Amino acid sequence: MSDKIRILLAKAGLDGHDRGIKVIAAAFRDAGFEVIYTGLRQTPEMIVDAALQEDVDAVGVSILSGAHMTLFPAIRKLMEERNCADMILFGGGIMSEDDITDLGRQGVSKLYGPGTSTIEIVEYVKGAVAKKRAGEKLV
Amino acid sequence: MAEIRNQAVISEQQFAEALKKAYSEWKTAADATTNKNKKYVTVSSEPVNPLYTPADTKSIDFLHDVGFPDTRGVHPSMYRGKPWTMRQFSGMGTPEQTNQRYHFLLNQGQHGLSVAFDLPTLMGYDSDHERSLGEVGKCGVAVDTLLDMEKIFKGIDLGKISTSMTINAPASVLLAMYIVVAEKQGVPPEKLRGTLQNDILKEYIAQKEWIYPPEASVKLIVDTIEFGTKQMPLWNTISISGYHIREAGATAVQELAFTLADGFTYIEKSIERGLDVDEFAPRLSFFFNAHMDFFEEIAKYRAARRIYAKRMRYKYGAKSERSWMLRFHTQTAGCSLNAQQPELNLIRTAYEAMSAVLGGTQSLHTNSMDETLALPSDKAALLALRTQQILAEETGVINSIDPLAGSYYVEALTNRMEAECEAYFAEIDRRGGVLRCIEEGFLQREIAKAAYTYQREIDNKERIIVGVNEYVLENERIDIPILKIDESVAESQLQSINKAKSIRDQDKVTRTLNDLRQACRDNKNTMPFIIDCVRQYATMGEICDAMKDVYGEYIEPPNL
Repeated sequence: MSDKIRILLAKAGLDGHDRGIKVIAAAFRDAGFEVIYTGLRQTPEMIVDAALQEDVDAVGVSILSGAHMTLFPAIRKLMEERNCADMILFGGGIMSEDDITDLGRQGVSKLYGPGTSTIEIVEYVKGAVAKKRAGEKLV
Repeated sequence: MAEIRNQAVISEQQFAEALKKAYSEWKTAADATTNKNKKYVTVSSEPVNPLYTPADTKSIDFLHDVGFPDTRGVHPSMYRGKPWTMRQFSGMGTPEQTNQRYHFLLNQGQHGLSVAFDLPTLMGYDSDHERSLGEVGKCGVAVDTLLDMEKIFKGIDLGKISTSMTINAPASVLLAMYIVVAEKQGVPPEKLRGTLQNDILKEYIAQKEWIYPPEASVKLIVDTIEFGTKQMPLWNTISISGYHIREAGATAVQELAFTLADGFTYIEKSIERGLDVDEFAPRLSFFFNAHMDFFEEIAKYRAARRIYAKRMRYKYGAKSERSWMLRFHTQTAGCSLNAQQPELNLIRTAYEAMSAVLGGTQSLHTNSMDETLALPSDKAALLALRTQQILAEETGVINSIDPLAGSYYVEALTNRMEAECEAYFAEIDRRGGVLRCIEEGFLQREIAKAAYTYQREIDNKERIIVGVNEYVLENERIDIPILKIDESVAESQLQSINKAKSIRDQDKVTRTLNDLRQACRDNKNTMPFIIDCVRQYATMGEICDAMKDVYGEYIEPPNL
């Protein structure tokens, strides 16, 4: 199995604004990750299906439409039901601090708002995946 | 004491020699003192010279650059004849909430309305569709049936106001609803003033809100252009948009070129339909972004007018002056605003608004400072409107037409932008036109490249964004009011849908939807059929689904 980090990037819900997700995909690719981008308007089912199929280390979801409190928990729940809760779930969008804290408690590892540098996001995922893999080695 | 001369201090010849020497001395000094570690580029990463001179504007016949080709503006007296329309894009939650905000803004001096719809409405879904979960009312107002539209305009005389509607895939449905609401108020379609955004090409390119595949969608647009041209002489049938293309990350030239290319595509399709260019062209309108680079934006608007006027007259053979006029609405750049220290957005918006006005816009929306956090609060919405009012009343920018004309810098930028735009036109033509370029992803890729370049410049601190990568406040707390929309909107909409379904005649609904489907199959103009469905309180989803049955649904390949 390759050492490359594999991530799935997805746009969930009806929101079609994909500038951010495409920029982040390019940043991850430049950093040597294997990036699979699902395209727009994915349901939680489609996202988790793709994550399993592609056997990714992490799933990044972008939601700018305000539907994050519905969609992130739905994705997380499905991941648990389908036994891939060890995949890191992170994302970005327009979310209040309170919502981010709430979603953090529900198992979303990290959420980024506007103004975040791509360098920070790439470093985070590198670190999180390294930790996860180290944990797996111990099992 | 030195002798003081009485006659001219220096002869003309000596003065001319001194000037020449001064220029080369200046150049040496400028080169020596310029900070070479910094790039001097526009927001679009285009290089800018330290100084522009008449050498840069040799080709321009300034004395005659008035009127055609409209570089300096479309109306002979510009703001001395009529100020730009202050038209704030607005809509949130339920129709009732939105109506309240509209009355507020109108009472505070706004000139015209502009409706923002929520994502389910933009995509042609009813509020009770499973895809609408969590999305109802969050980005704009929810509209499911004519009942909602009536509530949005309650207490507003559609015979006296002009309304712009930001809607694309289901634009014909919303136009039909507006017509029927007005009809119930006793106002006939020929008296209605306003604009329908109705520009699907930019959706495939940038904003990505569609229902049907490109060919069918363009057909629906030509339906509305044909219908509007014949029945609604005061209505702008389309707002050919660059705003969203810019928001997706395009450069100023890309915004200019792709927007105009889209416009020419619609014009060609309308001519193919058999419409006379001088009949429909006067009611086409445009919509541009006002981003942060003050001079680049002004040059962009001037170049747009010039390019359009020339092509309308010489390529499409339009004979009427009104067909040559590029009239446009502007919105200040949402993508230039930031979540950090949001009050700073007031300042950004003010600068951007000024460039739009100095660029000769016909209509303007100024963003609220909290756009990066939520839909505008009352307070933020008011401040945004006041930004325009100060511009109009206190700064003197309305006093003279195209005040920056003659600036060597602005004229050089305008010329350069025109040339770069023409280069893009040639490339798009070479690749087979706009629809072909959309299919193979050329325009989308250009935009994504520009967006990535811009972000890298920020990440590397080549480009400084105040409050974000420099001048940051540690442990910032947001202390401006934030508007919250909750799930009660969805509940309210469900009740409204049920009410509509209870008062309507289901047989008539079924019949009108069937007639619409048949009209689609028969390639008839869909507008009269959509109006009939709307009158019977068919829902947005029902009407869009009926057309989906014939046209199918568009799925974008993820690699685009």
